[in-house]
Amino acid sequence: MSKKQPKSPLRPRYLKLHAILVFAFLFAPIVVLVVFSFNKAKSGTDWTGFSTHWYHALIHNHDALQAFRNTLKVAITATIFATAIGTLAAFALTRFRFRGRAGYNSLIFISLVMPEVVMGISLLVFFVKFAHTRLGLETVILSHITFCIAFVVVVVKARLSSFDDRLVEAAADLGATPIQSFLRIVLPLAAPGIFAGAMLAFTISLDDVVITFFTSGPGSTTLPLYIFGELRFGVSPSINALSTFVLLFSFVLLAIGGAFSVRAARRGAGAIDATALG
Amino acid sequence: MSVAAPDPPVREARTRRRNMPEWLKGNLLLLPTSVWFAFLLVIPTAIIVAYSLGKRGIIEPVHFSWGHLIWSNYSDALNTIYLPIFIRSVEYAAISTLLCALLGFPLAYWIARFGGRLRNVYLVLVIIPFLTSYLIRMYAWQFILQRNGLLNRVLGHIGLGSNHEFLNHSSAVIIGLTYGFLPFMILPLYASIERMDKSLVEASYDLGHGKISTFFRVILPSTSPGLVAGVLLVFIPAIGDFVTPELLGGVRTQMIGTTIADQFGGTQNWPLGASMSILLTMFILVGVFLYLWRVGEEAL
Repeated sequence: MSKKQPKSPLRPRYLKLHAILVFAFLFAPIVVLVVFSFNKAKSGTDWTGFSTHWYHALIHNHDALQAFRNTLKVAITATIFATAIGTLAAFALTRFRFRGRAGYNSLIFISLVMPEVVMGISLLVFFVKFAHTRLGLETVILSHITFCIAFVVVVVKARLSSFDDRLVEAAADLGATPIQSFLRIVLPLAAPGIFAGAMLAFTISLDDVVITFFTSGPGSTTLPLYIFGELRFGVSPSINALSTFVLLFSFVLLAIGGAFSVRAARRGAGAIDATALG
Repeated sequence: MSVAAPDPPVREARTRRRNMPEWLKGNLLLLPTSVWFAFLLVIPTAIIVAYSLGKRGIIEPVHFSWGHLIWSNYSDALNTIYLPIFIRSVEYAAISTLLCALLGFPLAYWIARFGGRLRNVYLVLVIIPFLTSYLIRMYAWQFILQRNGLLNRVLGHIGLGSNHEFLNHSSAVIIGLTYGFLPFMILPLYASIERMDKSLVEASYDLGHGKISTFFRVILPSTSPGLVAGVLLVFIPAIGDFVTPELLGGVRTQMIGTTIADQFGGTQNWPLGASMSILLTMFILVGVFLYLWRVGEEAL
């Protein structure tokens, strides 16, 4: 006790400096982007004065608004379907033993590691050459559900794998039917995982460029795709304003998601307390 | 203690009477996933495999026939034009992964061990870029690095010339990939550093190990699950990335993702693009398999 030893082989002081620099690296580009969205000048990087002109222009940008509506439609629909499908799969893969589980697990793994470009092109070819459908909002939604399922499965599985089976056994011993114990024990405990999976699916769908790029048709442009298209004409303050809007939207989602997941976690714990007491 | 353990045989019988067999339940719950993946993952991939053995056509982009499989699409995909693009993609992804580990490990370690009361705030600061649009974050770099971009403007003001070309260099693409995927490295690293038994570090000192030895023999091995996960989460999306080389790169820095997209867009050589897709996917699958086998699957 008497001799003072360094607790860490990495000196805290240097670590702190490193941390500050890495955080600066992570945030400086975003800050620059946001600051220049308030630039008066049209040329982009020459600061000529403060202006909210580009935000006013955004409100009247019909294409961007339409793209935003499409993005929301796609993300909400894809999240609902992917969460439902993925949660069922996660339950099957964690709660039951049966042959073929390895096959399902590898399928989910493949969909996770498959490069986005490859998945996008394979879906494009499937829709156009195999299913003979026209590319549009529907094909975008189908594609988004496809790549979101695996993320939901992984997140929900992680939550369920730390699940204490004795709780279900205890419920059965106390006379609960399987449906009762599912609704009152399994589901409340899995809820934070399901919610986290849904949030992840929503965020990924909201940000997707590559797969949407290949599977969208005329009229089904999403906001990231709209921005991607505009970038071909070079940078402009209006893209900065639009990007700032998207960033703000993600922050709000993150805040709402964070608040909800804290509450969901508490509710999950509360349900078990109630069960234990009742 | 009066609530005795339930009689196992009775419970088993009850379970058996009430419930369907496990395999049936499992497969029923997986039915939606099976149907979905069969149509939108397996069939599309099978089509790409078939196309990769097809013949390039004029009216229809691909002619496929079982009797006439064109294996040369694969050798074309690895010829002197395209093999360097493959190698470059691996190189960029590997360098970015290494940079992410070098930048991410000390940060994750600092947050986990010295973050104090503000630890969750620092974590949120990592999660924010993790959840914000990759495209927009790449656009931010384009805004900074392009020829009439911010960096040139600033350099011009301080008299260092304002006409440097930063984009279209390998460094621009590597910076972009590193920046884009850094949070994917930090978060799993943090999770395993946080779980690490801190007394191990002290024990290592007590047993006379130095700083370097402690780092490599104690800290690194006990945080390897996070590192393994981080490497996979950065390397896999980086190697096939399409957005970064498109926005920050150029002809000289072309990566395989953009090259594949070109075969289905402008160049219209679907069989070649399909064979590249299969090669890239196989490379990743085999690579991940070997990597997990080598570093130990239990590490995940």
